[in-house]
Amino acid sequence: MLKRSLGLLLVTLFTFTLTSCNKSAPPFMVYIPKNTGNPYFDPMVDGFAQAAKEANVSFEQVAPATADATSQLPLIEAQVQRGVKVIAISPNSPDALNETFKEAMAKGVTVICVDSDLTGNEKYRTAGVLPTDPEMVGRGQIELLGSLIDYKGKIAILSATTDAPNQNEWIKWMKEALKDAKYKDMQLVDVVYGDDQPEKSTTEAQALLTKYPDLKGIISPTTVGVAACAQVVESANKASQIAVTGLGTPNQMRRFVTDGTVKAFALWSPKDEGYVAGNLGIALANGKVKPEAGAKFTAGTMGERTFRDKGVVITGPPVAFTKDNIDQFHF
Amino acid sequence: MKAILRRPEIITLLLLLIAFGISAVGTPSFLDARYLLKISSPHMEIGVMALAMTFVIISGNIDLSVASGLALIVVCSARLFEAGVPMQWVMVLAILMGIILGLFNGLLITKLGLPSLTVTLGTLALYRGLAQRLLGDRSIGNFPSWFVRVDNVKAFGLIPAPLIIFLVLALIFGIILHKMVFGRCVYAIGTNEPGARFSGLQVDRAKLSIFVLSGLMMAVGALMMMSRLAIARFDHAPGYELSVITAVVLGGTDIFGGRGSIIGTVLALFLLMIVQQGMILQGISAETQLTVTGSLLVVSVILANLTGKLSTRTPAPKRPAANPSGGELKHA
Repeated sequence: MLKRSLGLLLVTLFTFTLTSCNKSAPPFMVYIPKNTGNPYFDPMVDGFAQAAKEANVSFEQVAPATADATSQLPLIEAQVQRGVKVIAISPNSPDALNETFKEAMAKGVTVICVDSDLTGNEKYRTAGVLPTDPEMVGRGQIELLGSLIDYKGKIAILSATTDAPNQNEWIKWMKEALKDAKYKDMQLVDVVYGDDQPEKSTTEAQALLTKYPDLKGIISPTTVGVAACAQVVESANKASQIAVTGLGTPNQMRRFVTDGTVKAFALWSPKDEGYVAGNLGIALANGKVKPEAGAKFTAGTMGERTFRDKGVVITGPPVAFTKDNIDQFHF
Repeated sequence: MKAILRRPEIITLLLLLIAFGISAVGTPSFLDARYLLKISSPHMEIGVMALAMTFVIISGNIDLSVASGLALIVVCSARLFEAGVPMQWVMVLAILMGIILGLFNGLLITKLGLPSLTVTLGTLALYRGLAQRLLGDRSIGNFPSWFVRVDNVKAFGLIPAPLIIFLVLALIFGIILHKMVFGRCVYAIGTNEPGARFSGLQVDRAKLSIFVLSGLMMAVGALMMMSRLAIARFDHAPGYELSVITAVVLGGTDIFGGRGSIIGTVLALFLLMIVQQGMILQGISAETQLTVTGSLLVVSVILANLTGKLSTRTPAPKRPAANPSGGELKHA
């Protein structure tokens, strides 16, 4: 009998745990990241929260336990049922959620895809917010390196594989940018490929140093490459002579930035992305803007943004990470 | 009355009522029959597989390959459709594929005498791996409109088709398990397999049938999921084998076999559905949801064990003290 009462006690406890989480009115906006416990999305949530706070609307985030194609589906349905106005989501699949999105939109919910879009299925969401575009990355990298070497001297690029579409697109825009009079004293001497393998990237970076003794800077627009370049320059004790920059994640590059080997590198800022998407969601739900190519809206303190084709909004140029701000980022 | 209270399903029923009450009090939007019926559809895919799994577990076996098998059937069906086979034929072939997958499991288990745990652990990986080989990371869609969204087909404009399919199947499975000779045979195998064999029961044939049944339900689940999502992918139903087994065990079926019921599985399925949806609606984090579902299972197993002991203890006061732990004997 004692054991039985114990069981009943457990059930009662369980009951109380559930009731204590009681929430009342639905929030105005909800953000659903790919999965819980993924630090990349934490700054994004902060961006949304800031946008919601500035617009004085309520905001919540809910995340599925795993990032599989349909794990977000029950969460979307529940949010629609609760009566939220805006669902912002980083979808785990470009098509598995179509039917659910369709129903949500039919009920008047604004659906915004953030960070990754429903490529080819754009009609199933209201708008999409993407981190950046190839032109902004390419031009941004040249400007960043230029600012580190006084816009003078020989530079090289260490890419991933020769056929990586995004890499080639970025390099194309870097070459385009170099035609600008501002960069006339910067000379691109070589483009090499480290295949996104640490060993090959290291060898290629060492070869660059040997081949061009007066090299001033290296751009490596890939996380593996930029870390390898930093390591090579640090080992060769040439950090004062050669500037390394590129695209990397703060966690991976923190050591090199802290010890001064790398002055600055870039990547899109998830926080800015969340902030732009949050502002966009609120503006769309309040009918202040329509997702048509060329339409403009104000993304709070970040200024005006313009819709591109298929309701896509670009967050902005990549953000530079330096000794001063790197400690704010943890992904 | 006492006999009713001693049934393990009674705990599931009690928990179901409690969970329903809490969810209703916690979130006003929960008490919307249309919503509850609407969100039932994905759970019914787990449900149909749980019906067959009840047979599998009562017979003292396990089938870990159900979710992978479902994914493989989804992928093969979609490839056939892509190759130009009409959807009606794809559906027939899907059912056939389910039977084949179940037969494969069953033959390995009965002909080679391998434990079902090992065999289906292998096919769990094998079926999923094949599915991924066949389709890779892409999806196949554009199914004919009569095929997609079975969950939007509603009886009386309210009850979605998957729920009806599940309830009808539950009734059939219930009759087979509880009223027919085959059902008694399933219990006999789970209680004492050598005994059943010596009593002249066709144990191997019954086991083969049980696994074919499980494969058949993979196919039914596969078609329901493909129709609901209007898309086929290799990673459909990820890790659902555990949800299926959870529903069966939560419903009072003994994981060692010999004990359990269809009504228990049905109640447990609804319990899991109510608890999960209640928590999602209240915005409870994924981690907490896992914790609650886990605790639920542990609590119910403890309670079922207690009532189980109670029921073996009460009617046998004259039994010698040699076997104080009741049910232990049959596992030996």
